[in-house]
Amino acid sequence: MKNIALFFILLPLSVCAKTITVGSKAFTESYVLAEIAKVLLEKAGFTMEHKQGMGNTAIVWQALTSGAIDMYPDYTGTISRELLKKKELTHDQLAVELRKLGIGITGDLGFDNRYALTMKRSMAAALGIKNISDLRNHPDLRVGITHEFQTREDGWPLILSAYGLNMSNVRGIQHTLAYVAMQKDEIDITDAYSTDSDIAKYDLVTLDDDRNVLPRYRAVFLYRLDIDPKAIIALQPLVGTIDEKRMIGLNAEADKTKNYALAASKYFDKATQEQAIAHTESSMTYILRLTGQHLIIVGISMAAAILVGVLLGIAASSGGFVGSGIMSLTGVLQTIPSLALLAILVAVPGLGVGKQTAIVALFLYGLLPIVRNTATGLQDIPTPIRESAEALGLSRLAILTKVYLPMASRTILAGIKTSAIINVGTATIAALIGAGGLGEPIISGLAVNDPGKILQGAIPAAVLALLVQFFFDLLDRAFIPRGLRLKPATE
Amino acid sequence: MISLHGCGKTYGSVTALHPTDLTFAAGKITALIGPSGCGKSTLLRLVIGLIPPSTGYVEVDGQRLTPANLQEMRWRMGYVIQEGGLFPHLTASDNVQLLSRFLGRENAARLTELCDLTHFPADGLSRYPVELSGGQKQRVSLMRALMLDPEVLLLDEPLGALDPMVRSTLQRELKELFQRLGKTVILVTHDMAEAGYLGDTIVMLREGKIVQQGSLEDLQQRPADPFVTEFINAQRSLVAL
Repeated sequence: MKNIALFFILLPLSVCAKTITVGSKAFTESYVLAEIAKVLLEKAGFTMEHKQGMGNTAIVWQALTSGAIDMYPDYTGTISRELLKKKELTHDQLAVELRKLGIGITGDLGFDNRYALTMKRSMAAALGIKNISDLRNHPDLRVGITHEFQTREDGWPLILSAYGLNMSNVRGIQHTLAYVAMQKDEIDITDAYSTDSDIAKYDLVTLDDDRNVLPRYRAVFLYRLDIDPKAIIALQPLVGTIDEKRMIGLNAEADKTKNYALAASKYFDKATQEQAIAHTESSMTYILRLTGQHLIIVGISMAAAILVGVLLGIAASSGGFVGSGIMSLTGVLQTIPSLALLAILVAVPGLGVGKQTAIVALFLYGLLPIVRNTATGLQDIPTPIRESAEALGLSRLAILTKVYLPMASRTILAGIKTSAIINVGTATIAALIGAGGLGEPIISGLAVNDPGKILQGAIPAAVLALLVQFFFDLLDRAFIPRGLRLKPATE
Repeated sequence: MISLHGCGKTYGSVTALHPTDLTFAAGKITALIGPSGCGKSTLLRLVIGLIPPSTGYVEVDGQRLTPANLQEMRWRMGYVIQEGGLFPHLTASDNVQLLSRFLGRENAARLTELCDLTHFPADGLSRYPVELSGGQKQRVSLMRALMLDPEVLLLDEPLGALDPMVRSTLQRELKELFQRLGKTVILVTHDMAEAGYLGDTIVMLREGKIVQQGSLEDLQQRPADPFVTEFINAQRSLVAL
């Protein structure tokens, strides 16, 4: 989290160099590798930015191909199967295929991070389970695996078919929470990466892939071919320098200290480590910075949602085909899960990965309460009032602005308030596409199973929601005409 | 002068008003009376163009009412409904002046004049509708209708929701006001006494058709239909109780 401080230090040196952005996926190893690359390139004189914890492989890949990020760490198995949709390719074949897409690949960093199935050492011993084949005799064991592993063709489906397993109790679960569930004896088996430091921490054993079906996942960096060649050269020293043991050590360090930059500095010499400690941003400035990012995303998306939502609500209030069309559409938007909506939007030309996409997503989510309340508020205006306004001889616009909207103001503002509060909470998803905000500690905290880190984001977000509520209560006084707030006189 | 030419209104298979020819004399007060659902309010709403006629047309001073001229025509008519139809978010003063401000014809003197005319206390002008009594609301509604000094005043059961004491006071005041202003007035009511007291002419409707048109005496002495006598007697017998 030292990028701000470092930015100012390096600013004079790098005025002409373009900032290089490194991305990472939302798990410890990816964060650490990205931080290592960051330090490496900073030492080479580049200004670096780390967009951390992006939602999933598809999003981070889209970010790379669209230029939102310049490089990120990935694994050969994932690249061949998930990104190129091919069978396992050799490193040379990968380089050829990626080059066609304008992407380069570094040499092997030195370790393999393949998928593994893991369970408690005590249970494995008790049941006599050593390798995956042994699971055939225990179809009742409860399996809790990540959603990605569950659907990837080189993951769970491959294991099932290759080993002829018939497990009856399988469900999807977030990776870090899987370890928690395992500690509470709610699941028996989960998937892990072979370099996962949690395996040692929780005293788990990995089941041997005795039929050798799981593909190899050699760690590499992917980068855009159009970035400064010096940056690509600066990345080369990484190749072949991290073996599995070293990676597990770095991961363990990150999981222990919850400070990825600090863990990454362990890869380098003492001086770099001391620098990392010195530049560690204080929690307070970190949270303030994220809150600022959060407010910008919320502010812009809300302003747009209010403007468009009220207009759509006015259009929808007249009912009919258009009205129900608008209502259904905004309703359907609400049902799209946030990660799915982000994945769709990220693919839209001109959006890509970053703040703008988060803003569009939040804008779309914010519409429903505003549209619905505006339409309802307008429809609820009693007929005598409507007819009086019309009979007076005001223009349609004047009727709307001088009579209808002020009368519906309470309902409209209630919709805006609901939308704003939901928006503040939902804006945490922005971190999934590298747009920052208070979601960042929540997602990275989830990655290392650190409730403290999660609360770093969750508490300010909750406080922000309360402040927004308070702010809109004040707005009620300003916008709802006094005549509508008075209690009826007793005659 | 306002006239209806074959003017009727149907909603699907339901006829609210059969095609009707009717002329409202200028400067006179016409009371439309009849039981609920007889079409008297429909007739009034056709005149102010709140609903378009299914057949025929409405003419105001020889000019046909069309969607194009409707807005301007409405500036020449004042419209008051039961319970006032006041805008709850505006003060009495803002309710009265809403249209004149919209047209850029602000006139503070006219406001004072109207307060006198309708016996509305000037200090009530800053109050909101919820802070006004039923009678006061109707006075404000009347002021709003009269603000631009229209030639025509359309009143749809203006006193229908008031208690008897207030109602009789306002009936007296309305009579006085009509005499002073000499406007063309169309008043919808279901109260025979009110129709007779305020109206120069009474038009009685039943099931969307005019049954009889004339003075109170005409209706009492020379009923065109037994229904007329029945309607008058129904209200009289209540009084006899």
